[in-house]
Amino acid sequence: MLDTIGASTLEDLYSHLPEDVCFHGALNIPAGKSEYEIVDYFRARGLENANSHANFLGAGVYHHYRPVLVDAVVSRGEFLTSYTPYQAEISQGTLTAIFEFQTMICQLTGMDVANASMYDGSTAVPEAAMMAMRITGRDGIAVARTVHPEYREVLGTYTRHQSTLVTEFEYDPESGQVDLESLEQALNETTAAVIIQSPNFFGVVENAKQVAEIAHAKGALLVFVFTEAVSLGLLEPPRDADIVAGELQSFAIAPSYGGPFAGIIACKEKYVRQLPGRLVGETKDANGNRAFCLTLATREQHIRREKATSNICTNQALIALMATVFMALYGKQGLRELAEQNLAKAHYLGERLWRRFNGPYFNEFVAATGVQSPDEINRRLLGFQIVGGLPLDRFYPELRNSVLLCCTEMASRADMDAVAEAFGA
Amino acid sequence: MDPENLRYTKEHEWVRVEGDVGIIGITSHAQSELGDIVYVDLPKPGTVIQQGKTIGSVESVKAVSDIYTPVSGEVVEVNGLLTESPETLNKDPYGTGWLVKIKLSDPGEPAKLLTAAEYQAFVGTETS
Amino acid sequence: MISKVRPHPTQNESLLFETSSPGKAGYQLPKLDVPPVDARDALGAQNVRQEIPDFPEVSEVDVIRHFTRLSTWNYAIDLGLYPLGSCTMKYNPRVNEAVARTEGLMWIHPYQPDALSQGAFAILAELERALAEITGMDAVTLQPAAGAHGELTGILLVRAALEAQGNARKKVIVPDSAHGTNPASVRMAGYEVVNVASNDRGMLDVEALVRTVDEDIAAIMITNPNTLGVFEEHIAEVARILHSKGALVYMDGANMNALAGISRPGDYGVDLMHLNLHKTFSTPHGGGGPGSGPVAVKKPLEPFLPLPRLQHAPSGWSWNYDRPQSIGRVRAFYGNFGVLVRALAYIMAHGGDGLNRATLDALLNANYLRKLLESHYEIAYHAPSMHECVFRHASNGAIAKRLIDYGFHPYTVSFPLIVHGAMMIEPTETESKQELDLFADALVSIAQEVKENPELVSTAPHSTRTTKVDEVAAARKPILKWTR
Repeated sequence: MLDTIGASTLEDLYSHLPEDVCFHGALNIPAGKSEYEIVDYFRARGLENANSHANFLGAGVYHHYRPVLVDAVVSRGEFLTSYTPYQAEISQGTLTAIFEFQTMICQLTGMDVANASMYDGSTAVPEAAMMAMRITGRDGIAVARTVHPEYREVLGTYTRHQSTLVTEFEYDPESGQVDLESLEQALNETTAAVIIQSPNFFGVVENAKQVAEIAHAKGALLVFVFTEAVSLGLLEPPRDADIVAGELQSFAIAPSYGGPFAGIIACKEKYVRQLPGRLVGETKDANGNRAFCLTLATREQHIRREKATSNICTNQALIALMATVFMALYGKQGLRELAEQNLAKAHYLGERLWRRFNGPYFNEFVAATGVQSPDEINRRLLGFQIVGGLPLDRFYPELRNSVLLCCTEMASRADMDAVAEAFGA
Repeated sequence: MDPENLRYTKEHEWVRVEGDVGIIGITSHAQSELGDIVYVDLPKPGTVIQQGKTIGSVESVKAVSDIYTPVSGEVVEVNGLLTESPETLNKDPYGTGWLVKIKLSDPGEPAKLLTAAEYQAFVGTETS
Repeated sequence: MISKVRPHPTQNESLLFETSSPGKAGYQLPKLDVPPVDARDALGAQNVRQEIPDFPEVSEVDVIRHFTRLSTWNYAIDLGLYPLGSCTMKYNPRVNEAVARTEGLMWIHPYQPDALSQGAFAILAELERALAEITGMDAVTLQPAAGAHGELTGILLVRAALEAQGNARKKVIVPDSAHGTNPASVRMAGYEVVNVASNDRGMLDVEALVRTVDEDIAAIMITNPNTLGVFEEHIAEVARILHSKGALVYMDGANMNALAGISRPGDYGVDLMHLNLHKTFSTPHGGGGPGSGPVAVKKPLEPFLPLPRLQHAPSGWSWNYDRPQSIGRVRAFYGNFGVLVRALAYIMAHGGDGLNRATLDALLNANYLRKLLESHYEIAYHAPSMHECVFRHASNGAIAKRLIDYGFHPYTVSFPLIVHGAMMIEPTETESKQELDLFADALVSIAQEVKENPELVSTAPHSTRTTKVDEVAAARKPILKWTR
């Protein structure tokens, strides 16, 4: 090959580089390892982490069972090792699956259009907010304090340099839901969007319809956020929202220390041209057969460059495929039954503890720890191989001695009894 | 062939004056460079605009081209046919594929634009 | 009527919604070990939904068959050469997939106590160190989820650093050969884009640059090697020019597969850059993601890196949130951890020497292809190629489709925008000479076909289940979901 090129050594291939850019040393990275050594290294690191513990953490990342079939599908090289489906004729597998994904997200959320995925829920939120600003021509955002605190931080980072004013509004200390008075005060004629999450960070189900009415009366859009996708199996979909931004981790995506997950943005049909990210559409091939392709690409960075709806390029396609397979497996009946199991588990434990808020809850709730500190309780639970809930004062200084607990279908009655005991209940 | 009775811009728009109204469109050269047009974004009637400013865009599958108005004034009508059938722009750019009608605020503007011959000469230099 | 008349790879396949039949399901749940709860009582009747209309009802066998059949309609690296320029479609080692599914890595919650996540910290720290070493930088954040996310993070870092000096400035320079994400990221960070043209050698025009750089310029975003596969020979001088005016140099590291082990941007004036782990470091593209776009910076930019940062004390690793100058969070949690695990596995398998060798092989393969094709296609720029090469041809789109009939994925079509009729070819190091020869033969043969039988080329592909797809109809009347 070198002969063909007319070079005598491999190093000749970059001999045209100026001297001052060449690296002549050896990279300080240990010599290459065998497959066995690599597997062994990661197994050892895994053993240094919590292993086979029961887990009552939620807060945007949920322990749900992952059906075996999900990995069987996403491990197929045809899905795993293909690129973004720009060449439609040899990407119909990926394109068809994304079309099904978009359809199921619309069915679940009650929206008209859904994109092919965002990085995660936290980055979907600022993208939805910027979308609302483009649609309304306004630059204010009102976000509930009950939206995931880290999502709100990301919103702050993204909007800081867009001359956007982000206002937070309060929650009602009794119900844990949006405080409607505080919401009204946060709104004015420059508000592009009201952002709420339901179930919210405290696990409480919001009254989206009421919030939508207030937002719409001021000419603002409602952006509805969800972090626990399983709740959509049971809860009324956010039909009154204009844009939905969510996280699909609950759909067979492993917690994996926080990523990779898959976010989505869905919206009303009339806003489709302001939607960021890829979209797959149905069309026909030259023989008149149904076919799919990426479409409305003029919204995107590779064509509109600095005027694009977003800079997003790579998304989370394979992770979205996990969610697609999950939705197909559980289906109409299974998703509801799964949600009902989560509801039952959470209420089994929740009704035995002193809950901070009296609003309706799905599979998460805030429990007061009483005279004990959250750390004391969690330390005790660790002795039973149980990872306890999330102490909330980290994000809400006013919520001292409060723990956010999550019970999914994977929480066993015995472990929940142990948690109740640790709380002194 | 670009009609003689129209005036043209270097951004490939044309204007035809009828009374105090200017009818705006894009040239045949422009539609052919873009290819199959799939979407046309036009301003709302009532919008007041200045010569040379963006009033919308024309999209093919893989390109977007801004439309710059060749004349100043108020948009009095937009071509609703293009919403349903954007391909009209490809088929008949100087007729049924017109984009907007603008009530001229400066009736002297069109005469300062390129004639058909000048536009053809310009397109010739741009493509060679 | 007989509706199944062909074997599966060519058979039409119904959508899940069309296969659906009431009562079918592919899930199993354990028997509930607690009392059931009436949803309407617990949540309020108005909060409980009716059944989800048209949501699928299919069996487990239906599901595996459906997705397996769909998969057979995809081209993939596992099937052959995938020469998409600037995408670095190299082999994705399966050991990476295996280790990412290690139980103690896959099932850890981001909020579990730091003491219970020490193994995860060790992996992140090791990867940060390796990436800093490869780039010649001082600190790395692993948080960005993809290249474009890294770009946004990087430009926000530029802004924060300049703001700390009292003036964030207004504009960022982006060469006209740049990937579209660059200008889009610049806008999202609140800067204006200033384009500069490339010169006739396909490189940044240094004289034009000198004229452009003033006190309003915050930074340049420069891809190196650029999207023509050409090394920006004057990059050190570019850095001096920018630095002399107080501006920073951001390098888009999408093409780092040309440099690992032979050239370290941190050594010649680049202040910060992102890497695409799904390109250079072999994590799978997965049909469009997930990716990971770590940002590596020099020391002065370190205080501004996103929250949180790794920190080490005698008691072990933990997350540090106490960083007042940070740009804040760019996403929830700590990055695409599962992708980071795969990238570290790749680096460990190669070691320092192996990374260097991979780069040389990538250069070898690209230059070999260039040589085989040069007498049949016009090279866009004569400057030496690094890991990819760009040809031009008026029928670049049709030739791409015709390549499909020869069993290959097309090259990148019509990018970079500055080359009319661009054919951008990046073979990567993992292709054998045999595969490269087959590919070159195919392109040479197509060049002949274009002359002798243009119809054959313009109507391609002919061998796929799906023939040429009507993208115009899709865009004119968008159908974005299935409806009954």
